[in-house]
Amino acid sequence: MTTALVHIELTADGAPADSAAGLLGAAAALGDPVAAVTVAPGTDTADLATALGSLGAARVLVAETPEVDSVIATPHVSALAAAIEREQPGVVLLAHSIESRDVAGRLAVRVGGALAWDAVDIALDDDRVVASHSVFGGAYSTTSAVEGGLPIVTVRQGAIDARAAAVDAPAVETLTVEVTGAAATIESSTPVRPSGRPELRTAKVVVAGGRGLGSPERFALVEQLADALGGAVGASRAAVDAGYIEHAAQVGQTGTTVAPDLYIALGISGAIQHKAGMQTAKTIVAINTDASAPIFEVADFGIVGDVFQVVPQLLSALESRR
Amino acid sequence: MRIIVLIKHVPDTWEERVLDPDTGRLDRSASERVVDEITERALEAALTLKDRDKSIEVVALTMGPSESTGAIKKALSMGADSGIHLVDDALAGADAMTTAATLAAALRDAGADLIIAGNESTDGRGGMIPAMIAEHLGLPALTFVSELAIEGDRVRGERATETATSVVSAPLPAIVSITEGMPEPRFPSFKGIMGAKKKPVASHSLADLEPALAGSRSSASSVVLTCEQRPGRTGADPIVDEGDAGTQLATFLIERRLAGQRLV
Ligand SMILES: Cc1cc2nc3c(=O)[nH]c(=O)nc-3n(C[C@H](O)[C@H](O)[C@H](O)COP(=O)(O)OP(=O)(O)OC[C@H]3O[C@@H](n4cnc5c(N)ncnc54)[C@H](O)[C@@H]3O)c2cc1C
Ligand SMILES: Nc1ncnc2c1ncn2[C@@H]1O[C@H](COP(=O)(O)O)[C@@H](O)[C@H]1O
Repeated sequence: MTTALVHIELTADGAPADSAAGLLGAAAALGDPVAAVTVAPGTDTADLATALGSLGAARVLVAETPEVDSVIATPHVSALAAAIEREQPGVVLLAHSIESRDVAGRLAVRVGGALAWDAVDIALDDDRVVASHSVFGGAYSTTSAVEGGLPIVTVRQGAIDARAAAVDAPAVETLTVEVTGAAATIESSTPVRPSGRPELRTAKVVVAGGRGLGSPERFALVEQLADALGGAVGASRAAVDAGYIEHAAQVGQTGTTVAPDLYIALGISGAIQHKAGMQTAKTIVAINTDASAPIFEVADFGIVGDVFQVVPQLLSALESRR
Repeated sequence: MRIIVLIKHVPDTWEERVLDPDTGRLDRSASERVVDEITERALEAALTLKDRDKSIEVVALTMGPSESTGAIKKALSMGADSGIHLVDDALAGADAMTTAATLAAALRDAGADLIIAGNESTDGRGGMIPAMIAEHLGLPALTFVSELAIEGDRVRGERATETATSVVSAPLPAIVSITEGMPEPRFPSFKGIMGAKKKPVASHSLADLEPALAGSRSSASSVVLTCEQRPGRTGADPIVDEGDAGTQLATFLIERRLAGQRLV
């Protein structure tokens, strides 16, 4: 069986990132799932290997380099290039994250492969790796394949539900790598604080606020409803631009694409670029004072009303029926 | 110092964008083309540096069909000094590997101290071309930065990924890709529009890019196999709040088991 090589991103405390489970799940359907990680020399990788085994890694390739935390992308590119040289995989999978996109792009050029990006599904069709994509906010479904070289596929985070069978004690092998390529230095780094809420990308419920909220203080209403429903907080670009909330919360064409069970749009007009990031949600609720707001064109339950009237009432109705 | 900005002509996101079901490529006749806003911001970043240091030369580079001269004209009217247009029928439907190799060949010929790109284009959403160009040219890449400064012979920026915010830097020459966190683009002035007509625009075919291109072509490519339009969504007529819409919404959410499950 061919090897399906998976690039694993690590969290600040050295555990596999959330994306690892879906990547190994997808890899198991394509070949023998082999995880590749890059760590600083001397790192104890016993727990990491166990964790990757439980996610389905048949083997773990550990590349050691002192530059891993101080240089952007190239340590991982060198590690994966060495792993490819050794394993001759049939496919390489990475997360479609900011970090891994740099790695994938450079890797494709370095090893002469080609890219399929932002895959929402991957399957084998007659031994050929076929990636599925959701294009223009879900308006189109396409499939693609790579011809004439190694397929390097980035996978939309949270898109793949398949999970691989756990492997008890995956073999750990160490790779020696020499980092090549001009270095971009990471001078200092502050990890994103966990919000305590579900992650926007994969949340089952998203409550999003727009310019209609009016101020950062009043935007707290969006957070209150999100917490009452156990959901994540999203925002329109106008709300982000106005400083109501950080950019990471932006949903849409140039923000995060979400597909939750429930999306509630508060004070959002529903510009086409916003809809491009949320219109595949299962149920859409919108509250807007303007009856002609385009968000109502996609809302299963629309309310022409003031969010500062409707949402407090909703919150107390939910509270009283608890 | 020479800054080359990678601008891209894309279908306007304000309109419905259409794919040709047979090829999976953009249907060019279906929508208006505009300069991708993120690449206008990339140009804005270069022009801001030029505002402070008049010795900086700003060049706008695009690869696209003949009508993409419109994108170059817009860049010149905003304040770029000159333009380079890579245009060849053989580039129609180019995948990322070909696009990156072609842009890299042109950049190798043109020579830049700093290359500024958008982080991700609105039509492709790959967000990988800048890193690929960096690999071709052996340059450091500061991707997805929301702040940018030149300090001596280094470029420095702030980079937010999904997991961390970092201060990053690299020696020049380097490539940078910027996010929407960077300032909005300026509008062309009347003087800018008039002056644009006199600015030089070089047009290069693939043949012109040899031999810079020869070493960087990949034999692998990505092909679209199938393309299918999904049915659009139709909303229900909204209700007008008459004082009880919040309660009605609570009932809707609970009935659909979208809220209050902890009770059940
Ligand atoms: C290239 C490009 C990319 C873009 N990418 C994105 C993106 O990723 N995400 C995104 O969101 N946008 C994006 N945009 C911007 C988009 O075009 C809109 O400008 C933006 O979505 C508008 O945000 P909004 O709905 O919050 O603001 P507005 O359009 O100003 O709407 C505010 C709404 O609030 C309503 N309102 C006001 N007060 C109340 C109240 N008390 N109660 C209820 N309703 C109220 C108003 O009726 C109005 O409909 C992009 C634009 C471009 C050109
Ligand atoms: N055809 C092109 N011409 C010029 N620049 C491009 C082209 N394609 C991509 N780029 C640049 O690369 C950035 C990222 O694009 P992408 O990797 O396609 O998402 C864009 O914002 C542009 O700056």
